[in-house]
Amino acid sequence: MSAAATIVDCLGLACPIPVVRLARAVASVEVGGLVELLADDPGARVDIPVWCRLKDQQLVAQLDRPEGGWVFQVRRAH
Amino acid sequence: MRDTAETYLDAASTTPLHPAARAALIETLDGFGDPSRLYGRARRARMLLDRSRERLAAAVGADPDELIFTSGGTEAANLAVTGLARGARRRRHLVVAAVEHTSVLAPARALAGQGFEVTEVGVDATGRVDPAELAAAVRDDTLLVCLQHANHEVGTIQPVREAAALAHGRGALLLVDACQTLGRLPVDVGDLGADLLVASGHKTYGPPGTGFLVASRAARLRPVLVGDERERRRRAGMENLPGVAAMAAAVSARVAEAPGELDRMAGLSRRLLDGLAAIPEVVVHGDPGRRLPHLLAFSVLYIEGEALLLLLDAKGIAVHSGSSCTADTQEPSHVLAAMGAITHGSVRVSFLHDATEADVDRLLEVLPAAVADLREMAELDAQAVERAGEGR
Repeated sequence: MSAAATIVDCLGLACPIPVVRLARAVASVEVGGLVELLADDPGARVDIPVWCRLKDQQLVAQLDRPEGGWVFQVRRAH
Repeated sequence: MRDTAETYLDAASTTPLHPAARAALIETLDGFGDPSRLYGRARRARMLLDRSRERLAAAVGADPDELIFTSGGTEAANLAVTGLARGARRRRHLVVAAVEHTSVLAPARALAGQGFEVTEVGVDATGRVDPAELAAAVRDDTLLVCLQHANHEVGTIQPVREAAALAHGRGALLLVDACQTLGRLPVDVGDLGADLLVASGHKTYGPPGTGFLVASRAARLRPVLVGDERERRRRAGMENLPGVAAMAAAVSARVAEAPGELDRMAGLSRRLLDGLAAIPEVVVHGDPGRRLPHLLAFSVLYIEGEALLLLLDAKGIAVHSGSSCTADTQEPSHVLAAMGAITHGSVRVSFLHDATEADVDRLLEVLPAAVADLREMAELDAQAVERAGEGR
């Protein structure tokens, strides 16, 4: 990995804010850059992977957080 | 009566009373009588009940003896699933589509804790059940397969006839929820292969508090409501006679009228679809071809569905949002989630029988600015959160 991931903390925030912030963050990093989104809204669990597919961005991993919620690692693909 | 200033685009939630239903309701409202008693007034009530049952049975191609009056689609679905399970002998397995209405899903899931096994079958990106996946789920001990005629959130028409063949091939029964199709598309239990059929009065231009279940002789039903022997001991409680008469009038009228409306409904949906193309980042849900012609669902990315709903309401436009992304109802739409579709910003538009191009245009006039405003707000919200984060 070349650079540290940009962390976007959306814990406690309801959709569509996690998707809006992910879109902003992905647009702000270089192509190939990594964004790590933290969210616990049940809508985000569905919508973040769907957004990545719609926008042809790479969902590298989706991990459960022990404290609740998920970490989504998204790489800017284009 | 509908407010003339209102553009009502939520026919899939509920419909106004049909004039024929209104007339039947008024005509029968004062004619009280218990159809289970033996004197003249009671016999007149019995005749009205029988006549209504015959009209409704004829509308869906069923035998009148198979038709059970209920308080609505929800009760009919609960009676079908729970009643059948209670009457089951050896078969202890149910198959339900993941996109069924919650009035089918909830009683099925409740059975999972009562010695039954429940398999939920997924859908493709259009919301359609894959018959191959359904075939793999049905077993020799399957009691019931539940598949809606058309989906209530996205309008996708399901492969019901294939499901019937698969269920019957294993000796299982098929339950079809026809709440979204009766009075819109042809609904015939024989043609669909349905052993049980659920219908709602208020979604078919009848009064709320009415509905029915068709249960064929093959379905061994135990009642859920008990206490008397009405409805051939399948549903206790005094029949809602004026409601039943009005529902029968509404359904009969709608079954006759609907075929003449289909092209116009499809035209309205196309007009809406064309208009939506001008708004960036809108995803249309459901099957482009095999769908309810009067219903169109879509998601507007980066906005909250309820917020859009409220903005449209302020302009006198009534639509429904499938998403529930608010603080108190945390779960996203189970239908959109099962489809792998975007759940936020979802809107469902469904046309009444008399909807016009002007109704569609009115929505399209207001929608782009409402969407732009909400996106700007979401953007500002995101920026505010980010600034607060930096200050931490």
